Amino acid sequence: MIPELGQFSLILAFCLSILLGTLPLAGAAMGNGLWMSLGRPLSAGLFVFLGICLFILGHAFVTDDFSVRVVAAQSNSLLPMQYKLTALWGGHEGSFLLWTFMLSGWILAVSVFSGSMPREFVARVLGVLGLLCASYILFMLATSNPFDRMAPVPPADGADLNSALQDIGFILHPPTLYMGYVGYSVVFAFAIAALLSGRLDAAWARWSRPWANVSWAILTIGIALGSWWAYYELGWGGWWAWDPVENPPLITWLFGAALIHSLAVTEKRRVFKSWTVLLAILAFAGSLLGTFITRSGLLTSVHAFASDPSRGVFILGILGVSVGGALLLYAFRAPLIKSEFGFGSLSREVFLLANNIILVVAAASVFLGTLFPMFYQALTGDLISIGPPYFNLIFVPLMIVLAMLLGIGPISRWKKTSGGYLRRQLGRVALASLALGVALPLIVLLEISLPATIAVALALWITLTIGRDLLVKTVNKPGRWQGLRSLAYGYYGMQGAHFGVAVMLVGVALTSWFSTETSVLLRPGETVALGEYEFRFDGSERIAGPNYQADRAAVLVTRDGEPVADLYPELRVYLASGAPSTEMAIDAGLMRDLFVTPGEIRDNGAWTMTVYVKPFVRWIWLGAIIMSLGATLAAADRRYRKLARMRREETVAVGSAGERGGLQPAPGIGS
Amino acid sequence: MMKPHRRNRLGIILFITVGLSVAIGLTLFALSQNINMFYSPTAVANGEVEAGTMFRIGGMVKDGSVNQRQDSLAVRFVTTDYVHDVPVDYEGILPDLFREGQGIVAEGRLDAAGVFQASRVLAKHDENYMSPEVRAAMQQAGASPENHSFRESPED
Repeated sequence: MIPELGQFSLILAFCLSILLGTLPLAGAAMGNGLWMSLGRPLSAGLFVFLGICLFILGHAFVTDDFSVRVVAAQSNSLLPMQYKLTALWGGHEGSFLLWTFMLSGWILAVSVFSGSMPREFVARVLGVLGLLCASYILFMLATSNPFDRMAPVPPADGADLNSALQDIGFILHPPTLYMGYVGYSVVFAFAIAALLSGRLDAAWARWSRPWANVSWAILTIGIALGSWWAYYELGWGGWWAWDPVENPPLITWLFGAALIHSLAVTEKRRVFKSWTVLLAILAFAGSLLGTFITRSGLLTSVHAFASDPSRGVFILGILGVSVGGALLLYAFRAPLIKSEFGFGSLSREVFLLANNIILVVAAASVFLGTLFPMFYQALTGDLISIGPPYFNLIFVPLMIVLAMLLGIGPISRWKKTSGGYLRRQLGRVALASLALGVALPLIVLLEISLPATIAVALALWITLTIGRDLLVKTVNKPGRWQGLRSLAYGYYGMQGAHFGVAVMLVGVALTSWFSTETSVLLRPGETVALGEYEFRFDGSERIAGPNYQADRAAVLVTRDGEPVADLYPELRVYLASGAPSTEMAIDAGLMRDLFVTPGEIRDNGAWTMTVYVKPFVRWIWLGAIIMSLGATLAAADRRYRKLARMRREETVAVGSAGERGGLQPAPGIGS
Repeated sequence: MMKPHRRNRLGIILFITVGLSVAIGLTLFALSQNINMFYSPTAVANGEVEAGTMFRIGGMVKDGSVNQRQDSLAVRFVTTDYVHDVPVDYEGILPDLFREGQGIVAEGRLDAAGVFQASRVLAKHDENYMSPEVRAAMQQAGASPENHSFRESPED
């Protein structure tokens, strides 16, 4: 009976989302204040009913209700409790419910934190989001109902959660990624609302910025979690595979990064307006593309859900209508958008333009490489795949140029910067980073290594220019400390995120270039040497886990005879499904990871295993965390809150019934 | 003589155009260098692939064909689309879900003796999931995958 309540609640949520997608929009078009004011209560109702759906499905998982089809397919009575609960998003239906619930959460957040915006604008934003939510719920009801029952007789036990998913990474990665992904729906809705009203002004950019920042911050963490999980779970020692399902988040992330920068220009300088809108639409399209690729089964990927063509067609429909409609609206409205064009060929605007071009080209080339096999097959019937070398060949030069510009952009001035000024500020910094970039790897490695030199020099360049910029910004202040305190959160957020780029750059370059690995067959007591480390296999034992049995090997790692780490890789067999799973063992460190992936056990007790030494790999995720913190800090800048407060005071003064126009930039808030 | 802001605008448009052209050129070049074709065992048996070309092959691991050397990591198995067979040599650790009767995709080159020398072997993490490539290969060869019990792992 309870799952039917979930079904009922889903239908109610659908009705609410239809109302939310129509009434406030119609109200905004016709100036009907009552209809517009329905946006907020409807958003809250939608959130509540989707929350009930999620709760009821979670209840079915926790109580082992195998009469519900998805529970029978993804769970098992032996599963530990944390995985029973999270098995909810281990399949297509449940994960889509989670996705939709996340959207309703974002909608609620918009309705709560939009006090500073005019009524029409909020109504339009909520309306667009309501329509989107309605299409998702319709998709669930029509093709992938999570509350379907097993008819007529439910199985005695479930088929179990895929063993590769029984891991902390699975608990954390999907919700975070979805949350970031869905955040771009909000930025998209802001853009559509602005297009509908014809008011693409600095105010719109200012309202969008915190949302674009927060979505990007969460998406960054979501992608990093996926990368970290794949690194230790899939066991091939990689942190990024250019897999067709990894790529859409990256595409969204790249568009999102471009959008953050372009919004800054639009807000501060009122240029790039139509470009910014386009980026908001593209970032959203990237997020839907990810859903489409994962759930249509069109491309080969480790992430693919069991596929069903009708789902693919439906999502393609949502993608086509929302993005196509948005682009159509854009085509009609964009010519009306006037951008002032007052900046010199050497100015911060130009550096940010270059940033946008690089990020968009990077995103477009990932898109091309991801979907090219599909187009190729459609045209020729031949099956092909695009290997990682393609992506690396494009990404490496683009990111090197981006990192070089990243040092110059923040220190350059709006409108016009003289070349002499940049040379004065950055000349010595450039020489210092180059010199240290050559010297540091030489001291550590005792040889000249071009990749290490480029990576270290670029990372230092970014870091030192941040330091230089801090000096420049505080030089006229009475005291250095006071000067530092007077700088805005937005500024620190930006520089923090840029520093994260430097950290990640070191990690990516050094781990890609200096990682070593070897696959061996070892009998107990035998040793294999890798670089300066020795791995000794000390035999194995049989152990029992909560829902699996495992053979566990003991591997002692030594360096110059000194023990460094004990590693215990496992070969598991899950009892419910009989599925095997390899568990690698990792000794993590800031400067290097050591890890062992087990292969198989031979009759004589020998194990096959691959051992890896991966220098600086942690820096990749550390960089992502720093970037994410930077973006969050920037979103918390006082000026956004100050604006909200002023707006509220104004609202109280004017009264809520009065017709409000677009917001003029408040005095004293600009740069 | 152009007005300064016109000249600026022209400069920026030129900058964008040149930048984009370089990017597109680089992308297309990179793409053309990195296409891996996929062939079914039947296509390979029909001689559609030249020895030495890098490509992917996909099919089922033939029952009883896996020959693992006990003293090294070398393994020889046969991949099949139930019409033609192609022997595969691989040296390394096979993925978890590599089993007889399961679909796999291998990446590598054909040697002069007609043996596929694999540099990478991929098997999917979900045993109920069949890669579209393997499915298509089976269909091309006229063997309907549904007729074979690939959906069940041997232990079931």
